[in-house]
Amino acid sequence: MTGSNTNSTTLIKTIAIGGAAGDGVREAGINFSELLTELGYKTFSSFDYPSLIRGGHNYSRISYSTDPVYADYHELDVLVAVNAESVRVHQHSLRAGARVFVEEAYLTELKDIDIEMISIPMKKIAEEIKAPQVARTSSAFGAYGYTLGIPLNQLKALADKVYANVGSEMNVALVEKGYQHMKKMKYPQDVCAIPTEHGIVGEVMDGNKAIAKGFLAAGLEAYVGYPMTPSTSTLAFLAKMAKKTGLKVVHPEDEIAVLNMALGMSYAGKRVAVGTANGGFALMQETFSLAGVSEIPIAILVSMRMGPATGVATHTSQGDLQFILHAGHGEFPRLVIAPGDVEECFECAADALNLAWKYQIPAVILSDKHLSESYKSVTLDTKSKGPDLGKRAVPVGTHYVRYKITDDGVSPLAFPGKANVVVKVTSYEHNEEGEAVESAEEVQAMQDKRFRKLNGLYQDFAWFPTVKTYGDEWSDVVIVFWGSTKGAILEAHKQLKTPAKLVQVLWMEPFDADRIKAELNGARVIVDVEANHTAQLAALIREKTSIEIHNKVLKYDAQPFTPTELANEINKFI
Amino acid sequence: MALDLTTDIKVTWCPGCPNSQILVAFRQAVEEFVSAGTMELHNIVAGAGVGCHGKISDYLEINSFNSLHGRIVPSLTGIKLANSKLNVVGFSGDGDSFSEGFNHITHAARSNSDISIFLHNNQVFALTTGQATATSPKGFKGGTMPEGSINEPINPALIMLTMGATFIARTFASDIKKTKEIMKEAMLHKGFAFVEIIQPCITFFDTREYYKERVYWLDDKHKKGNLDSAFKVARMNTADKVPCGIIYQTTKPTFEELI
Repeated sequence: MTGSNTNSTTLIKTIAIGGAAGDGVREAGINFSELLTELGYKTFSSFDYPSLIRGGHNYSRISYSTDPVYADYHELDVLVAVNAESVRVHQHSLRAGARVFVEEAYLTELKDIDIEMISIPMKKIAEEIKAPQVARTSSAFGAYGYTLGIPLNQLKALADKVYANVGSEMNVALVEKGYQHMKKMKYPQDVCAIPTEHGIVGEVMDGNKAIAKGFLAAGLEAYVGYPMTPSTSTLAFLAKMAKKTGLKVVHPEDEIAVLNMALGMSYAGKRVAVGTANGGFALMQETFSLAGVSEIPIAILVSMRMGPATGVATHTSQGDLQFILHAGHGEFPRLVIAPGDVEECFECAADALNLAWKYQIPAVILSDKHLSESYKSVTLDTKSKGPDLGKRAVPVGTHYVRYKITDDGVSPLAFPGKANVVVKVTSYEHNEEGEAVESAEEVQAMQDKRFRKLNGLYQDFAWFPTVKTYGDEWSDVVIVFWGSTKGAILEAHKQLKTPAKLVQVLWMEPFDADRIKAELNGARVIVDVEANHTAQLAALIREKTSIEIHNKVLKYDAQPFTPTELANEINKFI
Repeated sequence: MALDLTTDIKVTWCPGCPNSQILVAFRQAVEEFVSAGTMELHNIVAGAGVGCHGKISDYLEINSFNSLHGRIVPSLTGIKLANSKLNVVGFSGDGDSFSEGFNHITHAARSNSDISIFLHNNQVFALTTGQATATSPKGFKGGTMPEGSINEPINPALIMLTMGATFIARTFASDIKKTKEIMKEAMLHKGFAFVEIIQPCITFFDTREYYKERVYWLDDKHKKGNLDSAFKVARMNTADKVPCGIIYQTTKPTFEELI
């Protein structure tokens, strides 16, 4: 599969909205992104927050353009400062001529900072119309909309749409107040802020929601999870729709219960997925192994944050690729797919659930904080994915055995509750009936049966995007990467001093070694880019292809790569 | 046609182990339900954890889910949640649900998950050749505690009462008829049914004589719908007499209905 050429020079602008936890900064980021998306722009936004509920410094950062944007930039064209600290944190990232909206109440205490600031009385405006302070960024939304040159009526109509879920009347009033405030100051407006040709207006969505939508497209009937950043929003999104749709969504006592409960549901015939962070998945190890030996289909979302242990709880990392590849004791086939953007989250989640059922294996979709919780303007092709039910038992007559030894390793599935059928599953190594065995022949035969499923998955390489390439595909300079670093790499590519081919690995297990070899052989320079300390993808490539990559750009400070920084690092090697 | 619930797997419990009596009681319970038309065989799922008790799933030609050590309870809740027509029972052990899986059984009782748990309580880890579990008496000497267990034993029925289980019973494995009757009551109960089966381990902790002298059966005077009476009976476990029978029963909406 080949991605689009990213070597474009379209203007990208970046907005940051900063404040304390509890100031509604995350919501403001989504609202601004939705406004821009409604106007026909493509956005990418990330949300940076510490692990606390009140105070601290939070910011949403949105980059947008008329062309797709894959990562947010560090350099700012607009800053909305809900508190004084936002100005102090971001003052050195401002581009020349940047617009800095600052809460009026903090202007005095920011006197020492020599930048032009636009005063906006967010607190006062909220008080005037008796709106809760958490909504006060809506007046900044209005002020910002004014500077874009949007006529008031059009802005109000857009705000009505953007704030539809949270009560638009009050928010539209705040937007109008913010707008009028700027008008009164006679602040200059941009002339041509709105792209002339829109195309399809997308939806602002984060990776976690896209993963939920992918599972749903593949026929999800139940979801089980225990809250842990950065996986929680998938659970919350699905829980919210449970009552209306009949989807069973459960939040049990711990992660161990999560996976065991899910396996019970799957054994009884429900298409089920679970979601957790890397730490929660660590608790699931023994049960992950149970899924392997009992051949109960299960899709598992694992979203990484910076470890080890509790680590940097609300910040990103790609530190668990090798952990996931080797998770669970014993040997058994598994599928591990790592999407790199919101659209791929949708596609890979659907593929994971379907392939879990096709092969009766555990299938992991590996995300991280930066992917799970960053927003992008997308238009998902939700009809492109449907359920694959897998191999079902032919009814009646013959004696059913759950673990029939077959050429392709896949045994016909049946569920309890069916007349004349006995379905026995077990954590022990077993015979075809599902009864514990220890004889050497039976143990080996069942291992061989399970591993024969890999042959089917190898055939599937032809039908799934195991590897994608972008950029200058003819180039002998190759950048190889995986997961959420995709965004920063596609953006950084615009700033590389030498043309480069970009190679994204999506299927980690089974690994499409022939394809990777084909992409890397003949390269003059190969650079591996990962957000971890130990270059885990490079290790995997060396293991599977014997190709050793010497040039590595590794980041393990719990922050995602930003495009310019990454381009500078890659340029050192090429 | 008589129902054949046996499998080809050779029973490997010690000759004379009360586990065999539990197996017989359960097979009889199922046979009676099926022949009376109360239940269809294919709608019964018998889960088990890991320990001596867990071998029971291999000896039953019935839908089964032989889980990991300590993890049978959430799997059973999942099964019931997926298909409410299924009658879901689980065999567990004192090590399997009161040492390792304690959080699961307590939460399932709290949420009134509509499953039945049959606890083979032999007060010892037997499959690993004799170590103290959470229900072993204080001072119990096993390989890992040669000076004797330093902890007071957990009283399973008392814990289940505290956590809100809606059916709590105790039985003695050697009384197959009574055990069968209580199993049937538990399986018919809507909500979380907990049955503690006193199952002396003839190899590592032979309590047959101890319990034979102390076990007595609750009669009609015991008000099983009264929580205070139930607590009183449950607390008597450590005294000279060990009350058996249905200790408590009430009705509450089930987890699966509410989800």
